[in-house]
Amino acid sequence: MLGRTAIKRIDWFSILLYALLVVIGFTNIYSSTFSEESTSIFNFSKIYGKQLMFIIISIVAIIIVLALEASFYERFSSILYSISLVSLAGLFVFGKTVAGATSWYNLGFFSLQPSELAKVGTALALAKYLSDIQTDIKRKKDQFYAFLILLIPAFLVIPQPDPGSALVFFALIFVIFREGLSLIYLGLALFTILVFVTTLMFGTTWVGVSIGLLMALFYLFKKKTTKIPIIPTISFYAIVIVFSLSVNFVFNSVFEQRHRDRFSLWLRLEKDPKKLEEIRKTIGYNTDQSEKAIESGGFLGKGFLEGTRTKGDFVPEQHSDYIFSTVGEEWGFIGTTTVVLLFTILLLRLVFLAERQKNPFSRMYGYGVISILFIHYFINVGMVIGMLPTIGIPLPFLSYGGSSLLGFSILLFIFLKLDANRLNEWN
Amino acid sequence: MKKILLSLIILIIGITFIGRLSYLQIFRFSSTTILDDTAIKPVYDYPERGYIYDRNGKLLVANQAAYDVMVIPREVKPLDTLEFCKLLKIDKEKFIKKLKKARIYSPRLPSVLVPQLSKEDYGSLQEKMRKYEGFYIQKRSLRYYDTKSGANVLGYISEVNERDLRKNPNYAAGELTGRTGIEKQYEEILRGRKGIKYIQKDRFNRDIGPYKDGIYDTLPEQGKEITTTLDKTLQEYGEKLMHGKRGGIVALEPSSGEILALISGPTYDPSLLVGRERSKNYTKLYYDSIANPTWDRSILAQPSPGSPFKTLNALVALQEGVLSKETTVRCYNGFYVGKTKRGCHCGGGLRNMTSGIQKSCNAYFASTFRKIYDKYPTTDEGMDVWEKHMKSFGLGNFLGYDLPTGSKGRIPNKAYYDRAYGDNRWASSFIISNSIGQGEVATTPIQLANMTAAIANRGYYYTPHVIKKIENKEISIPKYTKPKYTTIDKKHFEPVIQGMADVYRKGTARGLQVKDIEIAGKTGTVENFTRIDGVRTQLTDHSVFVAFAPVENPKIALAIYIEHGYYGSRYAGHIASLLIEKYIKGKITRTDLEKRMLEKTLEHEYAKPYSGEPFKINEYAW
Repeated sequence: MLGRTAIKRIDWFSILLYALLVVIGFTNIYSSTFSEESTSIFNFSKIYGKQLMFIIISIVAIIIVLALEASFYERFSSILYSISLVSLAGLFVFGKTVAGATSWYNLGFFSLQPSELAKVGTALALAKYLSDIQTDIKRKKDQFYAFLILLIPAFLVIPQPDPGSALVFFALIFVIFREGLSLIYLGLALFTILVFVTTLMFGTTWVGVSIGLLMALFYLFKKKTTKIPIIPTISFYAIVIVFSLSVNFVFNSVFEQRHRDRFSLWLRLEKDPKKLEEIRKTIGYNTDQSEKAIESGGFLGKGFLEGTRTKGDFVPEQHSDYIFSTVGEEWGFIGTTTVVLLFTILLLRLVFLAERQKNPFSRMYGYGVISILFIHYFINVGMVIGMLPTIGIPLPFLSYGGSSLLGFSILLFIFLKLDANRLNEWN
Repeated sequence: MKKILLSLIILIIGITFIGRLSYLQIFRFSSTTILDDTAIKPVYDYPERGYIYDRNGKLLVANQAAYDVMVIPREVKPLDTLEFCKLLKIDKEKFIKKLKKARIYSPRLPSVLVPQLSKEDYGSLQEKMRKYEGFYIQKRSLRYYDTKSGANVLGYISEVNERDLRKNPNYAAGELTGRTGIEKQYEEILRGRKGIKYIQKDRFNRDIGPYKDGIYDTLPEQGKEITTTLDKTLQEYGEKLMHGKRGGIVALEPSSGEILALISGPTYDPSLLVGRERSKNYTKLYYDSIANPTWDRSILAQPSPGSPFKTLNALVALQEGVLSKETTVRCYNGFYVGKTKRGCHCGGGLRNMTSGIQKSCNAYFASTFRKIYDKYPTTDEGMDVWEKHMKSFGLGNFLGYDLPTGSKGRIPNKAYYDRAYGDNRWASSFIISNSIGQGEVATTPIQLANMTAAIANRGYYYTPHVIKKIENKEISIPKYTKPKYTTIDKKHFEPVIQGMADVYRKGTARGLQVKDIEIAGKTGTVENFTRIDGVRTQLTDHSVFVAFAPVENPKIALAIYIEHGYYGSRYAGHIASLLIEKYIKGKITRTDLEKRMLEKTLEHEYAKPYSGEPFKINEYAW
């Protein structure tokens, strides 16, 4: 139970950061959805009123999370994971479709998005599996099972379609890296992305020639004693070329036009400025508008409720995925930097907390929490400020949405509960 | 490595984000203003343009309401097109075409469907407008002219173009600005200041209320009304007399420099440049390159002044002391320059100053002119002195009146002749034509009128101007209220004025006397040439006349220049007498002169050079 010692030991600094982010989020949701007729924040028919209700529900959930025994989460992780998978699978039968994605259950007063809660279940299950005394991450078989834990929910959400959430499950791979998976995988993944992007930008010939040149340079300046395994090197090079060639095929034949346009815009592939502008106005409309809104905020911003672009609804989905643009317009560089700093500090704080866990399960779960929060923050902010292509996932704690706020709150506070409990492992 | 990998990535991403944000919000933000924000639309509240009155408070220019029928395509509900078109007085095809065009422009924003309905059409339409959803009537203000005269001096207004917008950021596209005349010169006073309302827009560009409850909004400031120095009656009468003639007339009040009338012929009804037909009419006027009605001859034409210039040469000679008013010169029906004889029409005999002016004797003034130059050891010095005297009468440079266009005219100086003949390669005999106002001298009608005013004032003038009052307050601009003195002493004017009065009493204009008004004047007959198929061809002389009246305490001074009107006392002289009588007496007793001027035109003269056939000049037939 919530003993006095537990309250003392809980990491109040993280809770403070959490509270700040939620308050900033609510303030900006209020600003981007309020209208002159009704300004009471308790108007539950309004978006900001609903968000206030979600905050209250989340606080209740947090109290329950903290009240439960810490060992509950470890013990019941498999069950929670199973429930998550069933609820994701159930969407195919009972799901409610909103804006083209079948990601919700209709609970009458409230639409629940199970993928938000499945993130908690998956993080718990992965931590549980990796911390098992039987598991050795250096073994291929165990690596495979660990991957499977991530991939099952990921593949369940892809057809909804919700590629953003799928990406979040993939992000849990950081946990496996932390626990000993060779970083070569990470290197390979980054190299693959690099080849993909450069092929799109410069074409296979240039990519092939430059990688060949790099290899030749490496051969020339290597130590005399270093032996180069000829056959693996050549076959590696061949694979790269084949992959690079396949990029064009995938891009032109597998991707749909809207995907192609997103890449065209992101990498400035379209050389004709007129067509680029056209893409910017259509497929890139959201990003274009949110960039303009942020830009118009300047250093100090226009002030609370003074954002003209926010008021004019220029940025679509501004209260949910694009909430950061409201921060940018109304609070300026000061506001956006504050949010970025709050996230950075919170994430680093969580890394610190994770690393001090004696119980491997707690540590691994902690890394799961960090990975999930980080990937949301990275993709969302990157998209809103125009550095990454459009992928629709919410900004944790700030974006409007009951399921996501509830999901992130539970996710974080389970870890804070585990952390508070780190000294009495025997309980 | 494994322990710090994630922390490292978190830090790098944080720094990257802050970098990108500072690029967006600090470097790219720069100094954008409220007007750059596409979410805020300034809506202008236009004040009424100031009225323009004549010197007696008679209205010249006011405003009239025009009504545009506007449409917001999205809000249009099915309607009885036929009935609506009947009300709008347009046919159905045109209506459908216009509606389609408006829809293409924007389905959500208003477009003009039918511009500038008349008051009558508006009346009948207004009652039924409710029936047609998506349409409404927007009031606009246009200029209204309470006269058919004065187009050249009043000027007109038109929409600002791109150049105006670049030059003056206070204008927005679609606004009106003065283009010529008073409308341009006093644009800022007449225009007033527009009010601005900032309207917050949503992403469909629809209004969603005032921006920040209107704290940045400003109220419009009314345009001020201007009372001009023009005399509406005189201006209208002068233009009537100019019927069928080309040329310029300028009438001044010598005691103040106020411009009483500024007439250019041919002219046009100023109302032509208002409303629906504006651009059609303007094109027609602008491309009439032969009659050139948009070219204000009263201030832009710069022919040789002809004989009226003799009066100035006489004054300079008296001032320089090279002769007295009694000095006589014998005229041999002409005079000799070297071995060539130049003609004179005065009848020959002994001439002194008064009779020289009265009869316009060429020989007398050639001799006078030579004497001025012979006083100085070199022609260069003589030239400098002569030029200084002439320029003190406002010749050879812009006068400084308050209208936006003008010409300098020309008082040739030594530099001019050095260029033409070479240094030290010319003498007074080369430039003797200037003695009689031919040759290289050139003046605009307003300069001639000003010169006449200076003579009438016996030695000084006020810079001519058209502004009299702004919002009923007399102007106090030193430039227009302080006299400018000529270099000629007052005492030298009497003999010259005597001669000019004699022009009426017994000289070249004796047939033009007006009962009870003593007028001083000087005729001018100006030889002029053109090129027809590359051959220098002489055309019928220009008719020039300057006059002021009454001789004592002058009320009006004027200069009249009629292209190809033959000798001075014909067209120019007639018109001068009529205008003086009209202005001083208010009615015309010389109805014979009036009838002749109203009926006669010079169109046959103007057609001659374009006829392609040989023609005679200076025909005596009226």
